[in-house]
Amino acid sequence: MSGFGAVEIERNEPVFHERWEARAFALNNLGIRILEAYNVHEYRHAVERMDPSHYLAASYYERWFTGVATLLVEKGVVTRDELEARAGGRFPLARPAAEVKPIRVTPGAQPRFAAGDRVRVRDVHPAGHTRAPRYVRGRRGVVLRASRAFELPDLAGHALAAHLEQTYHVEFEARELWTDAAESRETVVVDLWESYLEPVG
Amino acid sequence: MTDSRKPEPDAPIAERVRALEEALDAKGLVPEGFLEKRAEQAQESFDPKNGARVVARAWLDPAFRARLLADGAAASAELGFRAANSEYLVVLENTDAVHNVIVCTQCSCTAWSVIGLPPDWYKSPAYRARVVREPRALLRGMGLDLPEQVAIRVWDTSGETRFMVLPQRPAGTEGWSEERLAGIVTREALIGVARVAGTTS
Repeated sequence: MSGFGAVEIERNEPVFHERWEARAFALNNLGIRILEAYNVHEYRHAVERMDPSHYLAASYYERWFTGVATLLVEKGVVTRDELEARAGGRFPLARPAAEVKPIRVTPGAQPRFAAGDRVRVRDVHPAGHTRAPRYVRGRRGVVLRASRAFELPDLAGHALAAHLEQTYHVEFEARELWTDAAESRETVVVDLWESYLEPVG
Repeated sequence: MTDSRKPEPDAPIAERVRALEEALDAKGLVPEGFLEKRAEQAQESFDPKNGARVVARAWLDPAFRARLLADGAAASAELGFRAANSEYLVVLENTDAVHNVIVCTQCSCTAWSVIGLPPDWYKSPAYRARVVREPRALLRGMGLDLPEQVAIRVWDTSGETRFMVLPQRPAGTEGWSEERLAGIVTREALIGVARVAGTTS
């Protein structure tokens, strides 16, 4: 997105500005670690599923909390009706997740790419969760390093069995990402799973 | 805001958070003191002063600096700063030629154990959108005017790797103690939107 203005740093900013922010923060930990109702990938996706106008208008911890509340309702831990009754008004939640089919992948024993390899991010637009940012899809970059293997969020974000998959730090020239007058001597490094990438010949 | 089911306005966010907390508590799902303890931990353990100490040690001890650049999580753990989920921490060294800056465009991830929970400006849509699109102009607007010959590398925390910037030690700090050096390293310098100033003017 573009059209944003200046970024202001708040001096001596407290960790939480309001008491409810601290509670919202802790409630997510409760949902993941104590109730084991969902995982962190599902949490991130629940925030992404918020109505775009609500997402942009909400503060960080309101988004955080909306993700937590959405998942606890979806998982049947609490109901929206009981939350609205207790809150005394409407209780906005995120939109339902798209249906994502499980995939069986047998990851290679060795990383497919090595430092210096030229790669392109697959230009795909999945309906569900993914961690390939839109601004690098279809763009070419160079592998800086093969990082570690992590669960594929595209599956874990939908509570599907997720395999460990190699990730890479891939560097993109600003001119490759922003075809107009990109500023010079700038690059963006993005952390990407192996299945997001294809080799450039 | 997310649906048109009911005409009344959203319950205030503080009421929504209280409602969820009470609904969970009524079902016996909240261990005694859990939410308080977790919020307290966030404010006390996730502190940019930790990262500042790591930086100060790296400035004074070349062997530690080498270990930090090789394995950020293990080196930080030597000083007692252990990541919660065996985080993979990559430390990015600023030089005369390259300046590193961190963002999380898709949510707002940071390395909590050394940088702390993200500040508001880092979570703002303006920062998340502009730093990948026009980093030099954005940084200038935030008070960091980098010479044209300094390359900027923006790191998008899109995967599970967490990043911390190792800023350059400012001139005029020769002979300073580790504690004094740590005192001048700000959270903004650990993220890369500021340099470390040699005097606390």
